[in-house]
Amino acid sequence: MKEVESLKDMYNVSASPHVRSGVTTAQIMRDVAIALMPACLFGIYQFGFSAFLVLLVSVTSCVVSEFLYERLMKQPYRPYECSAIVTGLLIGMNMPATIPVWIPMVGGVFAIIVVKQLYGGLGQNFMNPALAARCFLSICFTTRMTTFAVDSFANSGASSKGLYLFNYGFAGLDGISGATPLAAMKASQAAPSLLDMFFGYHGGVIGETSAMMLLIGACYLLYRRIISLRIPMTYIATFAVFMILFGGKGFDVEYVLAQILGGGLILGAFFMATDYVTCPITKFGQIIFGVCLGALTGLFRVFGGSAEGVSYAIIFCNLLVPLIEKITMPRGFGVGGKKLAK
Amino acid sequence: MAAGTFKGGIHPYDGKHLTMDKPTTILLPKGDLVYPMSQHIGNPAKPIVAKGDKVLVGQKIGEADGAVSTCIISSVSGTVKAVEPRLTVAGTMVESVVVENDNEYTPIEGLGASRDYTTLKKEEIRSIMKEAGIVGMGGAGFPTHIKLTPKNDSAIEYFIINGSECEPYLTSDYRMMLEETNRLMIGIRIVLRLFENAKAIIAVEDNKPEAIRILKDAVQKESRIELKVIKTKYPQGAERQLIYATTGRKMNATMLPQDIGCIVNNVDTMISVCKAVAETTPLMKRVITVSGDAVKNPGNFVVLTGTNYSELAEAAGGFQTKPAKLISGGPMMGLALYSLDIPVTKTSSSLLAFATDEVATMPEGPCIRCGRCVAVCPGRIVPQKLMEYAERCDDKGFESLNGMECCECGSCSYICPAGRHLTQAFKQSRRSILEERKKL
Repeated sequence: MKEVESLKDMYNVSASPHVRSGVTTAQIMRDVAIALMPACLFGIYQFGFSAFLVLLVSVTSCVVSEFLYERLMKQPYRPYECSAIVTGLLIGMNMPATIPVWIPMVGGVFAIIVVKQLYGGLGQNFMNPALAARCFLSICFTTRMTTFAVDSFANSGASSKGLYLFNYGFAGLDGISGATPLAAMKASQAAPSLLDMFFGYHGGVIGETSAMMLLIGACYLLYRRIISLRIPMTYIATFAVFMILFGGKGFDVEYVLAQILGGGLILGAFFMATDYVTCPITKFGQIIFGVCLGALTGLFRVFGGSAEGVSYAIIFCNLLVPLIEKITMPRGFGVGGKKLAK
Repeated sequence: MAAGTFKGGIHPYDGKHLTMDKPTTILLPKGDLVYPMSQHIGNPAKPIVAKGDKVLVGQKIGEADGAVSTCIISSVSGTVKAVEPRLTVAGTMVESVVVENDNEYTPIEGLGASRDYTTLKKEEIRSIMKEAGIVGMGGAGFPTHIKLTPKNDSAIEYFIINGSECEPYLTSDYRMMLEETNRLMIGIRIVLRLFENAKAIIAVEDNKPEAIRILKDAVQKESRIELKVIKTKYPQGAERQLIYATTGRKMNATMLPQDIGCIVNNVDTMISVCKAVAETTPLMKRVITVSGDAVKNPGNFVVLTGTNYSELAEAAGGFQTKPAKLISGGPMMGLALYSLDIPVTKTSSSLLAFATDEVATMPEGPCIRCGRCVAVCPGRIVPQKLMEYAERCDDKGFESLNGMECCECGSCSYICPAGRHLTQAFKQSRRSILEERKKL
């Protein structure tokens, strides 16, 4: 054998396989961010500059928190992975446009530092960071997180403009109105028409109003094979069945559809329940996960105090994931098979 | 029932168009020929020649040693230059016979004489295979005479011929199916004489329409041989997946195909069987695809065993760009080479040269639990969970999740968006578990 001069003269050696599919984590995250765009843009169109500001602040907060944390912990910073951007977008999309901007900022820090990084960073969090942040904020700042209608500054009678902005955010400068359809239904008031709900002409948080825009994004994810229909479909179907059985209106298609379109269900089912890190990895597990989600969402909406139930259902089911995976481990190809009798 | 496919699997870029339509050309060796005594699974053969001995084409130079072993045959005539350890494809030094070629190609007596296989007894057929040094040429190199000696000959119902060639870039089996159809059929007929109750199934992936057309004609007159077109997907050629796709029977890693009445062999092996049994020609040649984006003139070559790999690269016009990675075998399961100074063996199927190394250029990141590995795993196990155990060297946990069912096909590493080296970690865990089992 010839002596090898130096390592440089040698060819690369690694264990097989020697080819890769070309799909990367960064690409996947980028695709999710792209898929959220139609709904974000519609939110901005609908709620104006204040919605844009909320989204911008929450994304910036997430990205900066991640950068600072990884710097402090001397970890390699992987900005190309875009996952902080997705978390930021989801936090912003889950907030009313009337929110003061410091709240999404707090949400971003909480989601990235507490929920994600303290548990080990990307891939290790046991709850969806954006939803955990939303729930944390809903508990801490309940009124502000559920205020969808504010009087403009001029009509509010507030004494100082600063205090007003602190409480109601920039949306208050023009005034915004519109309770969410679910809250209206819960209070037995008239909800908007189904078509308006589908297109998004109703109140709600920035990203949930337009089912159509969300579904466009979801189709993109399905087309790119980032998500499958397994979780969203079982989720929505179970929820529909639950509402028919226990919603108190029987088989009322309009009511069930309003429940599906009027709140955060579409956003939750397609974009948050399908979060890779916090959903079961086994196919059958994903179906069980979807069923649990549907039942819990229905339970919270029908019997709970709040009109919404998606966020709590998802983070609760996130906690079930290890259990679901444990009972749905596949058997292995041919395992337990019998030898043919000789 | 036979589904013609299996669950999971991947569709990598196949690159077969580079060499698919290149007929095989004969490549005669220029330098010395090196015959490692271990070109198969089992005990290495014992060298039966010494330095200075004259050898002839077709002469046995390594004797099978032990129950699982086979013979090694010289592919040229000349003088034995040395019997010493030489570098082989796996990066290990293996005792080898080095022959200086006299370029006369003087055959041993009786080489190439035709023989009527229909009068041979079963034991005769098997011993011819052993003396001819025939091994599974799909890559593993299991001695064929042992594989074709199940506990009970009459219990074999299906003899499956693997013509799927699911590894990207490789076209050697495909060329064989086109160019050596006749010998392939004879080889199968010979093996069917061993198993009186068996039906032969030639399995070909549907991305090889030309081979399908030719074989369809060839099997028309055969009562015991049929053609089964299976879906193109990697790893369709893996033994368990192939059996499932052709017969609908499932086996796990603790079983042998004969346990479910099947035996699988590769196309090229069948041609070698035909040559050995019907033409008294032992295994001395094989067809090798030289391909990849760094190769100037990709092609298929008939190469004598013992030929140096660098002559393969030369035969294909050399490299047009400096290769970053060289692979012997397919890109999914082949071995990366750090040097070309190694000999062609019975199990070599290709030399691939790539200008970029996709593995080195993809950084490894944290797992995001996307589940792609679970979706593609043909063993229906959960690579993501196995990885957690493999990283902690928890062999018990690894086994409890059916880690030993892994066939190391590489689909999980291929698909992982985080560039995690799943297959590599599993290989290590599996080796460590097998070592432990040996100790007990």
